[in-house]
Amino acid sequence: MDMVNLKINGQPVSVPAGSTVLEAARAAGIEIPTLCYLKDVSQTGSCRMCLVEIKGGRALQAACVYPVAEGIEVQTNTPTVREARKAVLELMLSNHDRKCLTCPRNRNCELQALSDELGVSDIPYEGERNEYAIDDISPSIVRDNNKCILCRRCVNVCKNVQTVGVIDTMERGFKTKVGCAFEASLGEVDCVNCGQCIAVCPVGALREKSSVKDVWDALASDKHVVVQTAPAVRAAIGEEFGLPMGEPVTGKMAAALRRLGFDKVFDTDFGADLTIMEEGTELIHRMQNGGVLPMITSCSPGWVKFCEHNFPDFIPNLSSCKSPHEMFGAIIKSYYAEKAGIDPKNIYTVSVMPCTAKKFEAQRDELAATGTPDVDAVITTRELAQMIKQSGIQFAKLPDEVFDSPFGDEASGAGVIFGATGGVMEAALRTVAEVLTGESIEHVDYEAVRGLEGVKIASVQIGDKTVRAAVAHGLGNARKLLNSVRSGETQVDFIEIMACPGGCVTGGGQPIVSSRIKMDVNVSAERAKAIYAEDKALKIRKSHENPYIKQLYSEYLGEPGGHKAHELLHTHYVARPKY
Amino acid sequence: MELVRSHVLICGGTGCTSSGSEVLHEEFDEMLVKYGLDKEVKVIKTGCFGLCALGPVVVVYPEGAFYSRVKKEDVEEIVQEHLLKGRIVKRLVYDETVEQNDIKSLNDVNFYKKQQRVALRNCGVINPENIEEYIAVDGYQALGKVLTEMTPEEVIDTVKKSGLRGRGGGGFPTGTKWDFARKSVNEQKYVCCNADEGDPGAFMDRSVLEGDPHSVLEAMAIAGYAIGANQGYIYIRAEYPIAVRRLQIAIDQAKEYGLLGKNIFDTGFDFDIELRLGAGAFVCGEETALMTSIEGHRGEPRPRPPFPAVKGLWEKPTILNNVETYANIPVIFNKGADWFASIGTEKSKGTKVFALGGKINNTGLVEIPMGTTLREIVEEIGGGVPNGKKFKAAQTGGPSGGCIPASLIDTPIDYDSLISIGSMMGSGGLIVMDEDNCMVDIAKFFLEFTVDESCGKCTPCRIGTKRLLEILDKITKGQGTLEDIDRLEALCYHIKNASLCGLGQTAPNPVLSTLRYFRDEYEAHVVEKRCPAGVCKALLSYVIDPEKCKGCSACSRKCPVGAISGEIKKPFVIDTTKCIKCGVCMETCKFGAVVKK
Amino acid sequence: MKSLAELQALKQKAIENVNLRKDREDGVRVVVGMATCGIAAGARPVMTSFLEEIGKRNLNNVAVEQTGCIGLCRLEPIVEVYAPGQDKVTYVKMTPDKVARVVAEHIVNGQPVAEYTIGAAGM
Repeated sequence: MDMVNLKINGQPVSVPAGSTVLEAARAAGIEIPTLCYLKDVSQTGSCRMCLVEIKGGRALQAACVYPVAEGIEVQTNTPTVREARKAVLELMLSNHDRKCLTCPRNRNCELQALSDELGVSDIPYEGERNEYAIDDISPSIVRDNNKCILCRRCVNVCKNVQTVGVIDTMERGFKTKVGCAFEASLGEVDCVNCGQCIAVCPVGALREKSSVKDVWDALASDKHVVVQTAPAVRAAIGEEFGLPMGEPVTGKMAAALRRLGFDKVFDTDFGADLTIMEEGTELIHRMQNGGVLPMITSCSPGWVKFCEHNFPDFIPNLSSCKSPHEMFGAIIKSYYAEKAGIDPKNIYTVSVMPCTAKKFEAQRDELAATGTPDVDAVITTRELAQMIKQSGIQFAKLPDEVFDSPFGDEASGAGVIFGATGGVMEAALRTVAEVLTGESIEHVDYEAVRGLEGVKIASVQIGDKTVRAAVAHGLGNARKLLNSVRSGETQVDFIEIMACPGGCVTGGGQPIVSSRIKMDVNVSAERAKAIYAEDKALKIRKSHENPYIKQLYSEYLGEPGGHKAHELLHTHYVARPKY
Repeated sequence: MELVRSHVLICGGTGCTSSGSEVLHEEFDEMLVKYGLDKEVKVIKTGCFGLCALGPVVVVYPEGAFYSRVKKEDVEEIVQEHLLKGRIVKRLVYDETVEQNDIKSLNDVNFYKKQQRVALRNCGVINPENIEEYIAVDGYQALGKVLTEMTPEEVIDTVKKSGLRGRGGGGFPTGTKWDFARKSVNEQKYVCCNADEGDPGAFMDRSVLEGDPHSVLEAMAIAGYAIGANQGYIYIRAEYPIAVRRLQIAIDQAKEYGLLGKNIFDTGFDFDIELRLGAGAFVCGEETALMTSIEGHRGEPRPRPPFPAVKGLWEKPTILNNVETYANIPVIFNKGADWFASIGTEKSKGTKVFALGGKINNTGLVEIPMGTTLREIVEEIGGGVPNGKKFKAAQTGGPSGGCIPASLIDTPIDYDSLISIGSMMGSGGLIVMDEDNCMVDIAKFFLEFTVDESCGKCTPCRIGTKRLLEILDKITKGQGTLEDIDRLEALCYHIKNASLCGLGQTAPNPVLSTLRYFRDEYEAHVVEKRCPAGVCKALLSYVIDPEKCKGCSACSRKCPVGAISGEIKKPFVIDTTKCIKCGVCMETCKFGAVVKK
Repeated sequence: MKSLAELQALKQKAIENVNLRKDREDGVRVVVGMATCGIAAGARPVMTSFLEEIGKRNLNNVAVEQTGCIGLCRLEPIVEVYAPGQDKVTYVKMTPDKVARVVAEHIVNGQPVAEYTIGAAGM
């Protein structure tokens, strides 16, 4: 690799060509404050926090976008630089709604941290402040432009990473704001509710639509409140309580949920295993009977809505399976209700999800198999952490407990890995391989579909059949893959798509990680480690071997893909207009 | 062949069009038929003559009679007297051209005497909608010569040798810019023309495009050959409908004549030009914002480096020059780089076009050799400040420039002198101010413009300029403090240092330059709560001088808020708590008894 | 456009259209008296003949101008020819027939046609 030599604060630094001054400085152990910059997402040089002096240059330059060149001399800590950065921050604060105490990002705010770091003690440039109405029409995402500092990370992740592009800057100058075309609400446009905008926001301008109060109210009522948690939640919720990233906290989480007062604490793993049974069967059926191929997974509600808006021609390719927590919700309100002798109308189901799109999904009319919604409330990982904090539960000190029986105390590793990109594909292959060959398969680690490559394509030999599989995560990658399928360039049988880059572990409802940490740590990879470790440690690693799954089919559903299963576990989709 | 003995040139620039030149054209056509002269007299619509204040302008050749402020009713007289009988209608001729009953050549008039028309050489001379007229005045000769006789390197050397620098503001050497783009290796490159002239009051580029569109097309093709590009884009504001139309006609004609398109001059060189209309955002005059806009995005600047010569339009090597810069190119090849370099000063070669406006007698378009002093422009070409007022300052460079005080009126106009005194050449707006202009108010005027035109991308420009304006507003309202002046100045430097693009980096200049030369005026506002020029309303009060007041009650009757009272034939009094400072009383008083304080 | 020569040819053709607008210091000016007296005496056909003749001979550097009454109404149509380096020559009682000679001998070859001048008219 070509190396470039430069000097930063007099110190010689050698970095690969194509690096930025910011990267070079960090390689040399020099921190530069940033705000609009977010690795792999946003590189616009617009906030002007990372200003540095380049010898010979007229004005100061933004380190995050300034390419290194041989022999340049950079100063990151001169009076001019320090004063300019501080002035920029003071200006930004002069037009910011500084109600930190009541902000959802209090103590986890990059602007707050910088204000502390740069020693801002007063705002010398007070003046007019823009005031905006809060957009809370969407069932998933709330936008509060009074907090927005126009870093545009949300715009860039939505437009460039996800290729959804429903938000952009509008108006100009001091009146510039981020919003949807024609002043529409996020709830009125083709936003897919993935929540990546929330995950990248450095301040409190974006947050999930909270359902915490609904859940507290349900817990206080005489309803039978059942909670289930998605695999990705356990891989991240520990971070909210100061535990290291990538450490699974399944046992503590189950203990916390029980202490919050849920009547039953279940694991969405069961729903995932159920999904594999239904989806695997659907795939085999489609492959053997000339059905529409490639079949595409439907676990990710962000992806499903994206497909409905942007690729309506692929709707027949979508698996008709509900997503795991919706399947599970339907089972709780039917099979479980029957077994426990509770009127389904008195059951309140709560899903803890790494996802904001699940909030929208839970409200879809067609996901109400028993007459009431399969899932009554969806809260994100962040909302659960908040409830735990509100309850005075010392999370880190909790003992490890197990999920409730039935369903919870036995689960497969296949269900756990749903939380990482490629996980659904791998879980499905584990089951499909055995069903098709009728043999027990020892080697269940399908490495080819793991990892963070944007689009992964693999051919898996199953008996005398080759299953051609493709995995995409992040909707930009999904778009690329589908365009290539549409053009005939890529020919596969089965596609897994997750709306969020990295899959559910880095979903829009997960704990927010600051841009500075993201410069050094690959959050998706770290959290996925927790998932794969748990899979490896479990004795059952195939969905169809889950004893409760077997019991459910034999006692209640009959055959996978059978009539009863269809009634409860399958759904349909609608083409949606772009505006 | 036609036996034409006389040409009637009617200015079809935007200035004269809006003062009614279209109607004159129709009237001339009709009158010439009426007097049977339609076969021997030709009416031609041209570009701008520069003396817009006197529009609509009509020039009749071969005599070169310069008729100003011509009305429809005057046309018959011109036809009957001048064209039929050969008697110039002196009543309508621009007074400066009449000397002892004789008609002087236009070039001897003060307005034109000190000018040298290089970029504007064909404006007001040829019909811009007829390519053959451009060809007749050496049009496309330079392109022909370049393509058939010169290598791209020789072309760039010639431009470098001429010393031509960008006329859009920054003054970057044009040849060097082309050289960078030539050396950038890529199969696809682009040549762009910045016709997004946005400085308030500036219309140099519009006049070139309206009067001589082919010169820009020819120059762009030369640039394309020099850097290895075969596609050009002209980014022009949609508010210039006449220029847009003439450019499109010019492009179509050039294609028809094989001077654009495939295999030009049979040399295998292809070059095509398309128009892109801008929606009038000032920031789109900034090169990277302009390219972002051509690409179809919101017009916002991008960080540099990478520079457009390396990664410009659609990430391909691109050069961008403004209209006036291009208009100079063909002459450089026709008359030689040495000829061009002989005009101007050591570091600023050639001429510069200015749009002269404000408190000056001859408002309009002037082209002067670099190095001409401000005094020559104001006093000789501009005819001085009207109404016997005193010259106070001149503002160059528009919202990015600064004010030049009367003490520096002998400054030669060139890139470096202007920078050294805190202003800049800019694209060529030149606004003259007299003693009635408040410099704080002027700074505020330009800041209002920048605040309005900031794209909002970077923090210092988006919020900083707004805060500057708020402080200025406070000062003009008499609510400022000395600390505000310090804060104002400090913030100016932060915005200059920290902004992403040239718009923000230069936005504080009007404030900084007025602070530099007129700090006493700022201090008068905050310390004495007084506006020395009598402009800032909040700091004024109207009072009646009892010595002069005759007690006629005229002011009292006109006052819209009933603030003036008194007894007839005794001095009246203004109640300052009721007064809204509209100034009607002062206009009304015949005795000069109402004064501003 | 295939060559510079082609462009030159086009320029030569086009130049006549704009020639009139040059500031002329070196060319010949033919000034025809076109007041009421001149027109009544037939100045218009004289001027037209000049234009035709000049056009026929492709003379680029000659301007035909009009002027008002010179004050010698009885000698109209009057035509003045200003050639560089020469005194003004005034022709009187011009007719279209005389024009061809004036153009050929005076304007092209620099020899005024003495017999048509005001001197010959006995002034």
